[in-house]
Amino acid sequence: MAKLPPSSPTAPLAAALSARLGAHRVLTAPEDILPYGFDGTATLKQLPACVVFPRDAADVAFILRLAHEHRAPVITRGSGTGLSGGSVPLPGSIVLCLAKLDRILELDTANLTLRAEAGVITQKIYETADAAGLFYPPDPGSMKISTIGGNVAENSGGLRGLKYGVTRDYVMGLEVVLADGSICWLGSKCVKDVAGYNLRDLFIGSEGTLGVVTQVLLKLLPKPTARQTLLATFAAMDAAAATVSAVIAAKIIPCTLEFLDQKTLRCVEDFARVGLPRDAAAILLIETDGHPAAVADEAAAIEKLCQAHGATSVRRAANAAEATQLASARRSAFSALARLRPTTILEDVTVPRSELAGMIRAVEAIAEKHDLNIATFGHFGDGNLHPTILTDERDGAEMHRVELALVDIVEETLKRGGTITGEHGIGLAKKPFLKRQLGDQSYELLRLVKRALDPDGLLNPGKIFD
Amino acid sequence: MSSVVKTSSPQSANLLVGLDYSVLQQCMHCGLCLPTCPTYDETKLERHSPRGRIALMRAVADGELAVSKAFGEEMYYCLGCLACTTACPAGVNYAELFETARAEVERQGVLDAPKRSFIRYWVVKFLFTRPRLLRFAGRTLWLWQASGLQSLARHSGLTKLLPANLRRLEPQSPAIRAKFSHQLIRPIERPAPRSDVSAKPARRVAVLTGCVQDLAFSDVNRATVDVLLANGCEVHTPPVQPCCGSLHAHNGDLTSARTLARRQLDLFNPADFDAILTNAGGCGSHLKNYGHLLHDDPAYAARAATWDKKLKDIHEYLVVIGFRKPASSVSPVTVTYHESCHLCHGQKVSAQPRAILRALPGVELKECAEAQWCCGSAGIYNITQPDTAARLQERKIGHVLATGAQTVATANPGCHLQLENGLRTAPAHHTTPRVTHPIVLLAEAYRAETATANQA
Repeated sequence: MAKLPPSSPTAPLAAALSARLGAHRVLTAPEDILPYGFDGTATLKQLPACVVFPRDAADVAFILRLAHEHRAPVITRGSGTGLSGGSVPLPGSIVLCLAKLDRILELDTANLTLRAEAGVITQKIYETADAAGLFYPPDPGSMKISTIGGNVAENSGGLRGLKYGVTRDYVMGLEVVLADGSICWLGSKCVKDVAGYNLRDLFIGSEGTLGVVTQVLLKLLPKPTARQTLLATFAAMDAAAATVSAVIAAKIIPCTLEFLDQKTLRCVEDFARVGLPRDAAAILLIETDGHPAAVADEAAAIEKLCQAHGATSVRRAANAAEATQLASARRSAFSALARLRPTTILEDVTVPRSELAGMIRAVEAIAEKHDLNIATFGHFGDGNLHPTILTDERDGAEMHRVELALVDIVEETLKRGGTITGEHGIGLAKKPFLKRQLGDQSYELLRLVKRALDPDGLLNPGKIFD
Repeated sequence: MSSVVKTSSPQSANLLVGLDYSVLQQCMHCGLCLPTCPTYDETKLERHSPRGRIALMRAVADGELAVSKAFGEEMYYCLGCLACTTACPAGVNYAELFETARAEVERQGVLDAPKRSFIRYWVVKFLFTRPRLLRFAGRTLWLWQASGLQSLARHSGLTKLLPANLRRLEPQSPAIRAKFSHQLIRPIERPAPRSDVSAKPARRVAVLTGCVQDLAFSDVNRATVDVLLANGCEVHTPPVQPCCGSLHAHNGDLTSARTLARRQLDLFNPADFDAILTNAGGCGSHLKNYGHLLHDDPAYAARAATWDKKLKDIHEYLVVIGFRKPASSVSPVTVTYHESCHLCHGQKVSAQPRAILRALPGVELKECAEAQWCCGSAGIYNITQPDTAARLQERKIGHVLATGAQTVATANPGCHLQLENGLRTAPAHHTTPRVTHPIVLLAEAYRAETATANQA
């Protein structure tokens, strides 16, 4: 690890961090910190002053107090897979990386809870629960590498959101380090708990702007005893959208109801080779889970509805392995789209489900209007769409058209009563549009909360709002 | 300590700058490579991850970072196992990025040190470009081992006089075979006429004998020829073959790699064969890319492109031609399969070796955990990064032993040695599995047929 020249303004900060944590927990050399200059978001990057790896909440408290002393911004980070630029550093900032806080602390099978440090990989939480016959449902696309702390900070969703909700619905308690270095426990193992304000929820989805989550207490469910995955193929996008409406109208809530358009499904197939029909205009990937009898009934009903609404084929996954393969393939959709163009700008707009078909058509029209290549996939069952603009960040003229298209997509979404982000967060990417969605009063309320908890504005400043 | 980072050369000569930028841009840093990267798993530092390394390469290409000693060390800390390329939905060509980055590290000489340069010159540039000399070195090593001198040196404590790093490497040196490939295989061998295969059209194939495979595992080459003969192929095996250049390409010497590729193309005209076959995962992964390696060489580009189409891994080829299932049973044995990184990640050949093992009567395939996780051999990684290599070896041996299998099959000489060495030093266990190549097991099964037929 190269030492910073003594003249560097961050040298005393790095030295103080090293003195407490040990030099190996503080990175300052360009080769070490450069890979922390970005997350999973396209086109955004900025070098921090240093990257630091705390061992526990006490270390985090120390770091926050030191940051206060040095007026250095602190950007909390897990695995850096965020999709709205939430963990992109600022100049002179400390990147507080929690990836090494990776212990599962307790699996309580009497109360169906799991307590973990913030840096535990989501997949490991799922697997630990699964091994005990339990189920942690939230499954963001990045779950193989994203951390639970990052999921809490972004209130991540996933493929199972339709039936099981999002990360928020499984957080029972949090250990949070506040800007002044005090350490709080919020929440408990009690199913009912109304003691005081629900501050736990305030930190869920706060994108590292209000405090640093160091531990998470999660609710687990009994593992569903049966699952069935179906893959329905459509010759037109509208038919797929109509099918989704019909399924919901039939009062069936599948576990997942995913949509991929032709561009997306071809990229996914090129990568995953799971036998997706390359000539289909759209596919729906549907999973139902629960009691075996209910699953059988639902699968049959869904199959009928697909056929009634113009599905050209409906295939049932033969076994659990094939179902897992199909779900993993779907999770790769965003990254697989990078096969087409150098830069992939991912949108996360969400509309009420009745607006889906109209929103899809609107995105197509916007692509045409601005002469852009847009692929769309998403969680149709919960109205969460991921129109993805395939472009090249080095083409200035095209990037300008991308900006215009993003504005159009946002306006179309808000017109339909939607939200500019369903599960990726505001971060830097959606910041220009937040006020338009919230309105002046709600927007000011957010800032009021921020000022109360982080008066010096050192926790992930410039994210969500300025 | 070298304090001066050489940045005097013009940025335009930088190989990373010269690279098609879209190859770098292909990485959208989603992070899906992280959980599959053994070095990230070891340190949890982004710098040691595929997307971290690509970010460093891109920073070099953008002129934001100098090719420093730390950059050079990072490129050589990478195993080059290519597990990231299997995990990457975006299809990033990491192999090309990694080879280009290492070549630039060598071009700028940021890691140059007298001992390193000495070894690189004599081993990479000299020994492994001269097949006859390599065999001579192999023969000398064999004499040392066969005469009992090695054993004497080890028992007398004479090896303790070696410098620390050589002392550590000495026990890992491969056991050289009494006979090399050309002493076991005739240049052209034709299948014995048999009623059940003569009906099929005869196939004409060439077999590449490799370098380490030739010296340490010539039995694998013999088995490869036997298996092809048993499947009605006419087998061409030139007695003296150049190194494929994989060692050179992976270690930043693309010039030698190109020279060796040209020699290979001079020796084998791909148009003369139905297929050109390799049985070593590491070599195959490189051999299949001659087209790209020589794409701007007008004299060789077309021939190299044909070569790529004809070049097949032996398991891949046997499955394509519908290999004959052995009829006879060898004595029942449990086998686990360790995947060579460059076979499964580099060539995406993963199901075929298992299909061959499952086709063997009496063989029960017991899958081990993390079969696709690098064993730490990784070319010469166990020499350049002994500590990380040793930890990966220990992890691998643990998974292999946990299966309780009597045999572990693997299709790359580096992995083969790494497993043998790991098992030799593993804690006492009721049985030490035999390490072998899937094709050796198939050849044994065919031989058992003949033995049964002769008895009858």
